[in-house]
Amino acid sequence: MKTTASLLASAAFALTGVAASAQEMANEMTIVSWGGAYQKSQLKAYVEPYQAMHPEVNVIWDESSAEAVAKLRAMNEAKNITWDLVDVEAADAIRLCDEGLAMEIDFDGELAAGDDGSTPTDDFGDSLVSDCFIPQIVFSTTVGYRTDMVGDTPPKDICAIFDLDTYPGKRSLNKRPLANVEWALLCDGVPKDEIYDVLATEEGQERALAKLGTIKDQVIWWTAGADTPQLLADGEVVMGSTYNGRLFSAIAEQNQPIGMLWDAEMLDFDGWIVPAGLDAPRLARVMDFLKFATDSQRLADQAKWISYGPARASSAPLVGQHADLGIDMAPHMPTDPANAKNVFVTQYDFWADYRDDIDAKFQAWLAR
Amino acid sequence: MTTSSTDPGSMDAQTSGNGAKPGPMLAADGTPLKRSLNRALRRQKLRALMLIAPLLIFVLITFIAPIADMLFRSVRNEIVQETLPMTVEALKSWDEETTELPDEKVFEAAYYDMFLAAEQKLHTRLGTRLNYELTGISSLFRKTGRAVDRFDTDKYVDDFAALDPSWKDPATWAAMFANEDIAKALPQTAHLWQRWTDFLQTKNEDPAKEDVEPFLFTSLYSELMAGADVSGLSPRLEQAAGAVKTFTPVSIEQQFIDADKDWGNHEVWATIKTYSPAYTPGYFLNAVDAQLTADGVSARPENEQIYGILFKRTIFMSITITLSCIMLGYPVAWLLANLPMRTANILMILVLLPFWTSLLVRTSAWKVMLQQQGVINDVLVWLGIISDSGRLIMINNQFGTIVAMTHILLPFMILPLYSVMQTIPPTYLRAAKSLGATNWVAFWRVYFPQSVPGIGAGSILVFILAIGYYITPEIVGGTTGTFISNRIAYHISSSLNWGLAAALGSILLAAVLILYYAYDRIVGIDNVKLG
Repeated sequence: MKTTASLLASAAFALTGVAASAQEMANEMTIVSWGGAYQKSQLKAYVEPYQAMHPEVNVIWDESSAEAVAKLRAMNEAKNITWDLVDVEAADAIRLCDEGLAMEIDFDGELAAGDDGSTPTDDFGDSLVSDCFIPQIVFSTTVGYRTDMVGDTPPKDICAIFDLDTYPGKRSLNKRPLANVEWALLCDGVPKDEIYDVLATEEGQERALAKLGTIKDQVIWWTAGADTPQLLADGEVVMGSTYNGRLFSAIAEQNQPIGMLWDAEMLDFDGWIVPAGLDAPRLARVMDFLKFATDSQRLADQAKWISYGPARASSAPLVGQHADLGIDMAPHMPTDPANAKNVFVTQYDFWADYRDDIDAKFQAWLAR
Repeated sequence: MTTSSTDPGSMDAQTSGNGAKPGPMLAADGTPLKRSLNRALRRQKLRALMLIAPLLIFVLITFIAPIADMLFRSVRNEIVQETLPMTVEALKSWDEETTELPDEKVFEAAYYDMFLAAEQKLHTRLGTRLNYELTGISSLFRKTGRAVDRFDTDKYVDDFAALDPSWKDPATWAAMFANEDIAKALPQTAHLWQRWTDFLQTKNEDPAKEDVEPFLFTSLYSELMAGADVSGLSPRLEQAAGAVKTFTPVSIEQQFIDADKDWGNHEVWATIKTYSPAYTPGYFLNAVDAQLTADGVSARPENEQIYGILFKRTIFMSITITLSCIMLGYPVAWLLANLPMRTANILMILVLLPFWTSLLVRTSAWKVMLQQQGVINDVLVWLGIISDSGRLIMINNQFGTIVAMTHILLPFMILPLYSVMQTIPPTYLRAAKSLGATNWVAFWRVYFPQSVPGIGAGSILVFILAIGYYITPEIVGGTTGTFISNRIAYHISSSLNWGLAAALGSILLAAVLILYYAYDRIVGIDNVKLG
């Protein structure tokens, strides 16, 4: 493994060396993303306009975001970073930053000011959850249901998941504790602002699992975001949790008989990190691209292709219509005030601490 | 997989020994025959070794070494010593059995270590590592890393500067520790100064231009207070040594507890001390549902025990899958071996076709077949065998995993079985029958024993493949049909607890090797035939 790594390293070095002598910025950039509709939205909104301005830049896509943390750590140990820009969830960005695998970003120095004149720090606001993380989108984990299987009373609040009398049938939930335990406590009567305090205690964790236990034999546990829309489309489940963009595409683009619940959804961020240890020409290119790709207009443009909200406040008024369907995208954003009346914002600090602990208990509970 | 136990050299040696003549037998050139033969043999062996050397080196470098390196992570734990060297040293004199917190000396050491670790951004990595053992350390370290350069110890900077403004000048410090006598009189501060300037140099910063940080003044203060003998070394130092008693001391312990009250938690310190050795059994204990605490080894609380269940389940399901493969594969292989060539070839293609199809496609196809609104349930409902409300649950459980994996691994059973059965002459069966055996007796007493090596080879292949299977259980396994490998994958790619993943992997590897050994003992690996 080490020889291959060093061979690759010297090859990469030779390549960048040539680029560096010709120009200050590298002309090749490897961007890591999630593939599918989301990657397409990034291609259309960021990369194609950037390449129109800089035709010499060649972008290589790598669909490895799901394993980005492990792969970056391996690259770092092999001292051969082949990625230039990586799209990850905020929780992963925090871990990468903690491990020293992602570079710290000077937000106000490196990024473009908002279209309304605000500084990047103010414009991104609460979404700046880590020193290494440049947010792009706000997404939410929410619940979709089959409109033809819930009778005349479509669910209005999140606790419908636990209501087997009114909504009998299978439901699909994430095979990770995140969101599930919060919803369980909320529906077990814990006030919303006390949920994380309760969850930090042994009894609270037991209580959440006990509540989930009331529906355990009716749950199909999903591991990929595409599972729930598929299960809903097949009629395998009556309702299930997934990312709001997946539900939007099943409802608006594929016309499935699915409805979406905007209650107690978990807001989360997704964005860029720059791997630590890039050489100067590559770093210069990435930072140049980032400055362009995270300005107000570009973030708003991305919403033309996918229903995730831009992370900058100044982008919200710029959000237009869906590129193919021509419908207004603003009402489908998780950040739309009508949708965000009652939301959870993921507590990254809490989950950084309790993730391993609660996950172990959750998996042990699942296996029993 | 077949090992040769017959060595041409040993046979030669034996035949020469059988001569039973007095004195050693001599070769043509007068040397003893045994030695001459040995030499020739050694040359042969060496030549053979050189021929395979490229492959051997390739396998060693690309396969054995990375795996060994990965498995070695299951015990490695240098990160604590490397990140907090002085704290680990200071903690040695602290007894974790008492309920008391470590003394000020330990807090001071932790302050120096933490400051340097935070500058190098290593503290969060250690926080993540220790968080595997005690929930909450991750954010404790992150928070403290941010707070540590705002400790009230900057008061010492002002105190020293009040005595002599040149204390603030990094040149003063560099000159001071260039003097070996001073470095000897103030060993701790000299050591810290060395670490600090080394760190600055790795960042390509000039130590002469950077501010002298408060932690260095703290160390100097503490050494002077402890009565370091600096008389005659430098007037500036002598003046400071005389004045430190008038400084108001800053409690480092209080600074830590102000940064995060968890530093007042006895358990945090006990965890750091327990995990300070460079090698730890902690990951292996985790992998068998136990834990290493200050009080020794104990079982994990029952609601966290998971790996025992998963190991047992993995073994049980792999055995079930192997048995189902034998049951289904044996008749197919028999047909393949006994039908006329033309028909057998068509059948063979039917066996190989799924073998060549993508694993994911086959697994997803089983999903479509088995789910509640899937093909099988639809047909059963249409036939009226089950009611629409009573659709069978055949997926996202053990049943789904066993069905899908049996199908996927079936070719690995059929192919070795087929190649062994092909070598069994059909005349044996006919001979048995002509001697009066019934069909069953002829099969069971004559045919079956000859096909056992094929079953052995197929079972080993299927079982070893099954025990480490990952993707199929992940897709169709639900909660009761997942394997230990799914958990290993989680720790590799998601929780980044590579040590635990390595420990789980080592146990799995050991289990396979033990089973292989047992199999060799009971059946004999020489009886295994792949063709």
